[in-house]
Amino acid sequence: MRGFGINFTTRSPSRNHLSAHFLLGNSSITHVSTAAPTLPPKRVITTKPRFSDKVFRGVVTTGGFSSLVILGLISLFLLYNGLNVFKSEGLKFITGFDWIVPLPEEGLPAQYGIGAMLYGTIVIGLIALFFGFPISVGAALFLSYYAPEWLKKPMVLVIDVMAAIPSIVFGLWGFFVLMPHAEYWAKLIHKYLGFIPIFDMPANAYSRSPFIAGLVLAIMIIPIITSISREIFAQTPLDRIQAAYALGATKWSMIKAVVIPYGRGGVIGGAMLGLGRAIGETVAVYTVLNIVFDIRIEVLLSAGGSVASMIVNKFGEANPDELRALMASGFVLFLVTLLINFLANFIINRTARE
Amino acid sequence: MSTVSIPRPSKPWGFNLRQSIPDFVGAVVTILITYASVAYTPLKGKLAFVFVLFISAVIVSAAISAIRRDRKAALNSVSTVMVYVAGIFVIFPLGSILYEIIRRGIGGLSFGMFTTDMAVTASDAPLNEGGLLHAVVGTLYIVVIASLISVPIGLLTALYLTEIKGKAAGTVRFFVQAMSGIPSIVAGLFIYAVWMIALGNQYSAIAGAMALAILMIPTVARTSEEVLKLIPNDLREAGLAMGGTQWRTVAMIVIPAAQSGLITAVILGVARIAGETAPLLLTMGGADALNLNPFNGNSSAIPFYVWKNFLLGTETAINRAWSGILVLMIIVLFFFSLTRFLSGRKGRV
Repeated sequence: MRGFGINFTTRSPSRNHLSAHFLLGNSSITHVSTAAPTLPPKRVITTKPRFSDKVFRGVVTTGGFSSLVILGLISLFLLYNGLNVFKSEGLKFITGFDWIVPLPEEGLPAQYGIGAMLYGTIVIGLIALFFGFPISVGAALFLSYYAPEWLKKPMVLVIDVMAAIPSIVFGLWGFFVLMPHAEYWAKLIHKYLGFIPIFDMPANAYSRSPFIAGLVLAIMIIPIITSISREIFAQTPLDRIQAAYALGATKWSMIKAVVIPYGRGGVIGGAMLGLGRAIGETVAVYTVLNIVFDIRIEVLLSAGGSVASMIVNKFGEANPDELRALMASGFVLFLVTLLINFLANFIINRTARE
Repeated sequence: MSTVSIPRPSKPWGFNLRQSIPDFVGAVVTILITYASVAYTPLKGKLAFVFVLFISAVIVSAAISAIRRDRKAALNSVSTVMVYVAGIFVIFPLGSILYEIIRRGIGGLSFGMFTTDMAVTASDAPLNEGGLLHAVVGTLYIVVIASLISVPIGLLTALYLTEIKGKAAGTVRFFVQAMSGIPSIVAGLFIYAVWMIALGNQYSAIAGAMALAILMIPTVARTSEEVLKLIPNDLREAGLAMGGTQWRTVAMIVIPAAQSGLITAVILGVARIAGETAPLLLTMGGADALNLNPFNGNSSAIPFYVWKNFLLGTETAINRAWSGILVLMIIVLFFFSLTRFLSGRKGRV
């Protein structure tokens, strides 16, 4: 044992020495092999991008601006195609509510006005918000503060699946499943609240009314408003929530004092995003709404309007002139939804940042 | 000798039989009131039952809280009932939709419907004749072509927002957000104006695909941006420190690291457009026969097939529409679960 130890201590320095010698020798050889000792050229340190980076940045920047370009092209092409109609109709295109396409042999001037459609779009959008908004905010509160842990994940899944369902599915479901029930609800509303002018019924026609279209749209916008509200509620500072509880607040007074003031902006923004979707919805509204070019305040009556559905409705047998009017309507719809979306995103981003 | 009494450990927040008796009694009273009012008053039917149940639940729970504690507690229980009802209302439509789709769609489902088209089938022919082969092929074409167009653009947009971070990044992000809200019908009108009116082409699958690409770009761009944001900056810095150019760092480090998330982004985009109907109505023509050429000629897609059969309105056509919806929902839910699977597998990326 002892001998081994001595051996070890005597050997290891010699080994170190050997290896050091080897290294030195090695380096001396390389020195010898190059005849004149020259230093490698000094690297030039620069922030100038290489050629490949220039190409990369150029391509990516171009691609990055594509969405702006596409939005610009959309407005340009729709405006260009609808320009004649805007010129001939003037402001009456927005305010008028006659859509008259005379036969060529009649020789009468055509009239295009989407006032009634715009009004109808706003009406069904508001009905959708009236039903969808309280349910969505309530569901978001439920998910954030009331639901037991095991229920949260499945319910978020349900909301995400609902957001993924195509609009034609809502359309057929609304027509075949919801409408028979909704007609009955409409009759009840008319029976008990018929004295209010908007629930009045001049004719016994309850199917395909703005009320039913609004209900279908409400179901379609619930996932959007719920998920945005939930995201905003999740950002409520925990210390303030706990401070409220520590002061003896009930759950509801905590929500009223902390969560709602904090998330108000985001929830309103979410509601506007939902409104934007409701306004632009085409197929689902088409199946459950009877499109009539007339402004009526009775929401239970089978007569309403929607710009998007009207475009599909008229597109099939439109002559070139009418097609231009449809393009103009599309341009108005595009501007309105873009504006609503801008505003909604602005509000949501501002709330989320605070 | 010591009079110190050690308190028994208890859990005042846990389940307590004596305290939950009033809640239990309240629930029983609520149900009794509801049954009584449906049985002995003119309020009849399921709707009345739900309505009365809701009102009486609110009143009874508020009364119990008011008696036991105070007005604030009563308000709290009213709001609790309302919030629970909202939670139930959210689940209800989805259940009804899925149930009705399966109930009404399963009858028309058969293997033969995936091997034939509707070219020689009348609208009121029995369900075992005809099929939606042409629609499935059309959907396949438009989904693939739309992805080929929109994935590069969406990915470049996301790279611009996360890697280049140019001066205009905020503006671009804002416009991409706004773009995801443009109505699908507007995308259809735009493609009609460009592809048909200005360039003089006919209805075709590629026109439909271009319209769908416009709707898919924002989804791909926004999801990819979220994914790329999650890639730690250390990786980028390491790549640059090793002497890599930015191009090589992004191509060899950042994108491979974000791979599964980027695939999720693409599938999310596909799920978004697979069921889109309105733009196709303006761009694809809606054929009844199989059209294997995506660049020319009327073609169909599953949503279009459903739409056409819905408008035909005969009993068998409606059945065909429901079967088409069932197929469409299976496809959409398949993509949806795929995104869940992919995003669940690798942490939260």
